[in-house]
Amino acid sequence: MLQFILKRLGLALLVALTVSIISFSLLFLSGDPASAIGGETATDQDIEAIRVLYGFDRPLVVQYWDWLSSALTGDLGESYYFKLPVASLIADRLQITMILGVCGISFALLTAVPLGVAAAIRPNSFIDRLALFLSVAGQAMPSFWFGLILIVVFAIQLGWLPPSGASSPVHFIMPTIVLGYYAMPAIMRLTRAGMLDVLSSDYIRTARAKGASEGRVLFKHALRNAIIPVVSLAAVQMGFMLGGSIVVESIFALHGAGYLAWESIARNDLPTVQALILVFSLFYIIFTFLSDVLNAWLDPRMRAG
Amino acid sequence: MGDTLLTVRGLTINIPVGGGTLHAVRGIDFDVDRGETLCIVGESGSGKSLTSLALMGLLGGRIDRRATEMQFDGIDLTRANARTMRALRGDRMSMIFQEPMTSLNPAYTIGDQLTEALLLHRDVGREAARARAVELLEKVGITAAASRLGQYPHQLSGGLRQRVMIAMALMCEPELIIADEPTTALDVTIQAQILRLLVDLGREMNMAMILITHDLGVVARVADKVAVMYAGELVETGSASEVFNAPMHPYTRGLLRCIPQPGKTERGARLGTIPGIVPSLVGGVTGCPFRTRCDQVVDACRQAIPRRNPGSGNHEFRCVHETGHRMAEESPA
Amino acid sequence: MADMATDPLLADITGPTPGQMLRKRIFGHQGLLIGAVVLGVLVLVAIFAPWLAPHDPYAQSLMARMQPPVFLGGSWEHPLGTDHLGRDYLSRLIYGARVSLLIGTVAALISGVIGTAMGVAAGYFGGRVDAVVTFLINVRLAMPVVLVALAVVAIMGGSLQVVIVVLGLLLWDRFAVVMRSSTLQVRGREYVAAARAVGCSTPRILMSEIMPNIVNNLIVVVTLEMAHAILLEAALSFLGLGVQPPTPSWGLMVSEGKNMMLFEPWMVMIPGVVLFVLVLAINLMGDGLRDVTAPENRS
Repeated sequence: MLQFILKRLGLALLVALTVSIISFSLLFLSGDPASAIGGETATDQDIEAIRVLYGFDRPLVVQYWDWLSSALTGDLGESYYFKLPVASLIADRLQITMILGVCGISFALLTAVPLGVAAAIRPNSFIDRLALFLSVAGQAMPSFWFGLILIVVFAIQLGWLPPSGASSPVHFIMPTIVLGYYAMPAIMRLTRAGMLDVLSSDYIRTARAKGASEGRVLFKHALRNAIIPVVSLAAVQMGFMLGGSIVVESIFALHGAGYLAWESIARNDLPTVQALILVFSLFYIIFTFLSDVLNAWLDPRMRAG
Repeated sequence: MGDTLLTVRGLTINIPVGGGTLHAVRGIDFDVDRGETLCIVGESGSGKSLTSLALMGLLGGRIDRRATEMQFDGIDLTRANARTMRALRGDRMSMIFQEPMTSLNPAYTIGDQLTEALLLHRDVGREAARARAVELLEKVGITAAASRLGQYPHQLSGGLRQRVMIAMALMCEPELIIADEPTTALDVTIQAQILRLLVDLGREMNMAMILITHDLGVVARVADKVAVMYAGELVETGSASEVFNAPMHPYTRGLLRCIPQPGKTERGARLGTIPGIVPSLVGGVTGCPFRTRCDQVVDACRQAIPRRNPGSGNHEFRCVHETGHRMAEESPA
Repeated sequence: MADMATDPLLADITGPTPGQMLRKRIFGHQGLLIGAVVLGVLVLVAIFAPWLAPHDPYAQSLMARMQPPVFLGGSWEHPLGTDHLGRDYLSRLIYGARVSLLIGTVAALISGVIGTAMGVAAGYFGGRVDAVVTFLINVRLAMPVVLVALAVVAIMGGSLQVVIVVLGLLLWDRFAVVMRSSTLQVRGREYVAAARAVGCSTPRILMSEIMPNIVNNLIVVVTLEMAHAILLEAALSFLGLGVQPPTPSWGLMVSEGKNMMLFEPWMVMIPGVVLFVLVLAINLMGDGLRDVTAPENRS
């Protein structure tokens, strides 16, 4: 177990390092970052001055090392636009994104898992077909469009929910649905497939032979085994969701990290964009690492091995 | 004869398959008395396992089970609802399955799984249930029983797991235990041990047992009664001594030719085989199902097959020939 | 002896040939048929856009701005109305099909080539190659796609070509994952061992033994990633950082309609519905193909 965790941890660190190199090199994709900072009115002298000021005249490796070592101490540079430290800028905005992510994945799990179980209990029944249809339709629904429809119906026509902002929990209802529904099809399908697989297994027959009730067979014996892969999928989806928050936050004007990313890209604020890519990747890496550990803990076969 | 525990008459199992119905079991009859061991013998696909699952009410929803009569200690199983069946299963009748490697839930400890049936059916506390589990684990020959309770199935070998399965089936001291090829998946060396254990425990607790197997050597050693199954029908039933000493049906006869017998089979002699093709049971099945492999086949084999009794006790067989195999013995082959 | 030849118990168990079975499965699969027909129609619409579109999709008319579609009281001159610059909505939708399908096809092609090469190499050679590919897949999955795509498109400038290339370079992960596991499965089969034993060269084994047996899965992933690329392009364009105006992209049309959403919700609804239908058709086809080629894998 410990060896497994250490191995995973090493892999996670290596992935993080590679991602940091990629997000660092993004800065140089545009050619000359100095002219990007200077803007259209800058003269050649201005740009040269900026180049020296920001240290763009040094070798790339040195610049990367500088950036990485300060990133490790929590210094992610300064935003070109806000003229503030990027780290504190992101920290301020991250809370909303995290709330949204947790709500989104909870919504997805609470709807998709029961649906998947119900579908697996009666394959090819009405509920199974409905679940399958919902998952196919859900995958095809553009999330920005879905968000706009919700706003038109529930905020404008019915007036039940506020269309944008983040000042109360009610404001999070629509963003949660829009962010969460995208993860539903995958979770639903995996739950259904897992349950179908487990329900046809020998140990379920053993449980029935003991006289266990259907409810006990389903929830104690079957779901416990079928849920293991769903846990790791949920962690992965959570990672994707934080990255996907950029669309949702821009529709509902939630000023979280995703919204910051959108603004910063539009403003060519590269240090902020770089840092956000790194932060979102790190979240994904942390979530998948935690899910690996959780998985190993949930599955007795891995716990011992 | 003791008092009858289980009576089965006209048990029929139909399975819908793509483009027809598989008539897997067709109208079989048998009885099991208290404390008695019935062995159902046959090739794979003959419907033995389906029969045992049908008794437990564990066939899948798509499978059609019907019977003119099916009684367990006065309870009509053909009309029993799900609740009645649940109350019987694991308590008064329990089952041991073929596959010890996959029949235990990987997510729960041995202790949890052993005590489950007892906690479900009896009004006992956790501690009492665990004590009973330890007692039974010791009885099935597992050492350090108390420490095994906290282990998970994957930490045990196949032989140990099957011992656990046996202990699990015995937790509530059932009156009937159904063992579906309990040793097939195990190493040959421990097959005999496990079987011996099962039979001894059955005698000790005065349990009736239905042992399903294709191993005639096993049958000879443990059976009180034998039922020979071929392609969904019981072709011959009777006490073990009757069936072994005076096999009547050509199929039984063929099966017995396939086992070497110390003293009787000559060294280097070829063991018998039964040539031919097992028939497809999809669509209507009429006449004798064994006629595609039988060396005694006549036109009458396509008609209804009479049930015959050679005159001694409950010994019965189904064949158009009044004397069953004996014609084969007389014909020069 | 009885006449055994005519005994019903020994009747030959005859069934349909594999080809007949496949045909039956294809035509018996509603989702696949519906998806294929809808996708086929949309492809034809995209190809014949210049003949089908009633107007020039770029022609502005300040006199005819924001006319409602026919079913909301508009005229047949502009069946689906006009946008805020007076451009014919139907014509823009028809040309938009070109953008979506082009992006979906080419991006899936690029990522398909990259991902398949990586996945097959990892699955076939195993060892270090596999370790490296698996690592790269992990790295790729860790990067937030929307954010990276937005950033790169923003830096490189939002043109159709840039969007296609960026998406193509980002969406290879599922190809690599699926092709790797399919190759691993096929590699262990007897016919591969047999080909190796007779001394076939590695490229020959890859092309004539491995590829034909994993191409089913490849096609399924192609459809899924086409749908993915189309949705992503729409999202990027919606955020204003994808295909740039005045190119008729459905995502861009939703974005432009968003400002008028309060009064003219149809401007958002129409392009959104078309986008939804296209992606749904592709997904239905992908799911259908998976069911038909490997019915045992339905999940």
